Amino acid sequence: MTASPDIERIRTFVAVRRAARPARRAAFSLALPLVAFLLIAFVAPILYLLVTAVDNPETKTVLPQTLTALESWDGASTPEEAVFAALAADLKIAQENSTAALVGKRLNYEISGMRSKVLAASRMVAGMDAGPYREAFLDQSDLWAAPETWAVIQRNGASLTPYYLLTAVDLKQSPTGGLERVQPDQAIFLTILGRTLLVAGMVTAFTLILGYPVAYVLTIAPKTIAAVMMLMVLLPLWTSLLVRTTAWVVLLQSDGVINSILMTLHLTAEKVQLIFTRVGTVTAMTHIQLPFTILPIYSVMRSIQPTQLRAARSLGAGPTSAFWRIYAPQTLPGVVAGCLMTFILSLGYYITPALVGGPQDQMVSNFISTYINRDLNWGLAAALGVVLLIVTLAIYGLFLRLVGADKIKLG
Amino acid sequence: MTALQDRTSATGKPDDALVRFTEVKKSYDGIQYVVKDLNLDVAKGEFLTMLGPSGSGKTTTLMMLGGFERPTLGHILLDGKPVEKLPPEKRNIGFVFQNYALFPHMTVAENVAFPLRYRGIRGDAAREKVKRALGRVSLEAMGDRKPAQLSGGQQQRVALARALVFEPSLVLMDEPLGALDKQLRERMQIEIKHLQTSLGITMVYVTHDQSEALTMSDRIAVFHDGRIQQLADPKTLYNAPENRFVAGFIGENNTMACSLMGRETGLAVVKMADGSTLKASDTVLSADADLTLSVRPENIMLAGDQTPPGMNLFSGIATDVFFLGDHMRLSVEAFGGQTVTARIPIAVARTFAPGETVHLACMAADCRLLEG
Repeated sequence: MTASPDIERIRTFVAVRRAARPARRAAFSLALPLVAFLLIAFVAPILYLLVTAVDNPETKTVLPQTLTALESWDGASTPEEAVFAALAADLKIAQENSTAALVGKRLNYEISGMRSKVLAASRMVAGMDAGPYREAFLDQSDLWAAPETWAVIQRNGASLTPYYLLTAVDLKQSPTGGLERVQPDQAIFLTILGRTLLVAGMVTAFTLILGYPVAYVLTIAPKTIAAVMMLMVLLPLWTSLLVRTTAWVVLLQSDGVINSILMTLHLTAEKVQLIFTRVGTVTAMTHIQLPFTILPIYSVMRSIQPTQLRAARSLGAGPTSAFWRIYAPQTLPGVVAGCLMTFILSLGYYITPALVGGPQDQMVSNFISTYINRDLNWGLAAALGVVLLIVTLAIYGLFLRLVGADKIKLG
Repeated sequence: MTALQDRTSATGKPDDALVRFTEVKKSYDGIQYVVKDLNLDVAKGEFLTMLGPSGSGKTTTLMMLGGFERPTLGHILLDGKPVEKLPPEKRNIGFVFQNYALFPHMTVAENVAFPLRYRGIRGDAAREKVKRALGRVSLEAMGDRKPAQLSGGQQQRVALARALVFEPSLVLMDEPLGALDKQLRERMQIEIKHLQTSLGITMVYVTHDQSEALTMSDRIAVFHDGRIQQLADPKTLYNAPENRFVAGFIGENNTMACSLMGRETGLAVVKMADGSTLKASDTVLSADADLTLSVRPENIMLAGDQTPPGMNLFSGIATDVFFLGDHMRLSVEAFGGQTVTARIPIAVARTFAPGETVHLACMAADCRLLEG
């Protein structure tokens, strides 16, 4: 008897769940196309990127016999004939399959000059019927005598490599296996990352300084004026990024509109270098990013009661004090959301720095593009992408910790 | 009563008036005046309510007093000094807003302490004052909460505590109870009134709710169309409205067009639309003006054998009958097509069928003749 109310309750619960099932299914099936699209178009590429950043197939597939022979190598001297024979056998197959260039290119990342040596060696062994191969290789290049070369080959027998990720932060593996900084003349990526963060930070700061007052005016202006202003804020969003950037090229270039006006007004005797500079890059990016900063701030400002400021005034606060102590803290969720959006989007800028910026304004994305399109070094491109992703997530996490997730209001 | 009457004529005694509006006009567009020729004195310690429909100019008047709007013309004196150009923070006036305007990012105690820091009160002294202010509105235990964690009534009390904590001599309230449900509203009306009398504060209160105004006020200024239509204590306002607008706005009134025929033993004799005559109390007026006869539904009774002589008698065709618990609401068509509504106490009521002829009566003293 005592159990019956419980059973009754469970039955009711099951019945309620069952009754809600069609609605749940309908909701899920409505979301399904988007979920599938995101999996294919967003999640999968990112996973592929993460894998590419550490994937290391070249040496393992092209030089399998060499790697087996190297297992008994002492690691300190030039290897024995058996290793060279194995390398020769691998390179003969590679020559037939035209895969020698692959492994040559991969080894060349770590030892400069290796690409040509590997190609030359594979041509050489193709013409040899029998050994001894050791002498022939050593005659061809001193590189084959160096234990470091063989250490690199051996290390790259692993199917995963930290090489690309280390390079992306200006580190490398020393021959002994520890980490060390790369030579100063090759250490460029931390500088680029720092520059990317700096430019994104400057753009964020400028959009905030310019956008905050605009957002405020939007909330207090009469409807008709506010509508026109909103149109002007949104206009850049409706124009293609490329078109907007090209417009800035027209404005900024040496014979461009700005220089003509300055010269006509005799404000400057010589043409001012605007294009291919940091100033130009930040200006153009600020223009493009303004709506992203303004809109979240505006949406938060609109939800603040206008009587808040009046109440503060009536209680004794002057206009400035009322603004900073009452209004500004309440706009914080919008400010954080807008700045975060602009900062993260700015980190990935590519077209604008490429067209408006100079060599010193190229950001991580430009290098990623170079490595993919020109150097065909997908590993390093992916590694740079991973580093950018990690930095972005870290900054996002930092903001969450600093202001709290409930304080970020994107909509 | 007499004290209130004296205060009504306080215009001649400047020391008694805390607030004085002289010839104040306000226009936003330079064409239309929202407030026209406002002359109003608020005495020290008085609870004055500005009552009127939306757009009548009452809130604009309050905002001018609070310092959020500047009068287009005229002067506002606060404690004898002109304040038209004084910003709100320099006026030392407590203000309670319609939506409370509590600061959501601060705790209740921080909200209440906010005005104190601008008056140089910090530390223990400030804490003591905050505690006392919250105690006054029975919210001592809520100091550490955020406004969003409080109910509407509690938020209202915090707003009240915040406006009172710095002991202003004048407190303004802009429909502060509008968002509360009926029961809570009635309780808060009594609490506010108690606070005002016990602290001896002068209060100017804006509302469109006539019952609120009648409950709390020493005097009520009825606003309409940018002008004060009548300024009087609640009883006078209810019993002796001076014009048709006030008669219709305060309580329920039957208003019927009529014309003056003559006078008889201190009463006016008026001719109704159907030619019948009634007697009315006479405070007016020029005979050629358009006149309205006004009588409250509760002053109309059923005519019968016990009806004392000398009363106005008339009859009408019953159109609507509603049962409302303690009384019955009876509408009849009388005086050639005018609807007259009567409130019949349930003890003396009987059933009426629509279309039935009903005989009604009312005292001449309860029939008021108004201009317009």
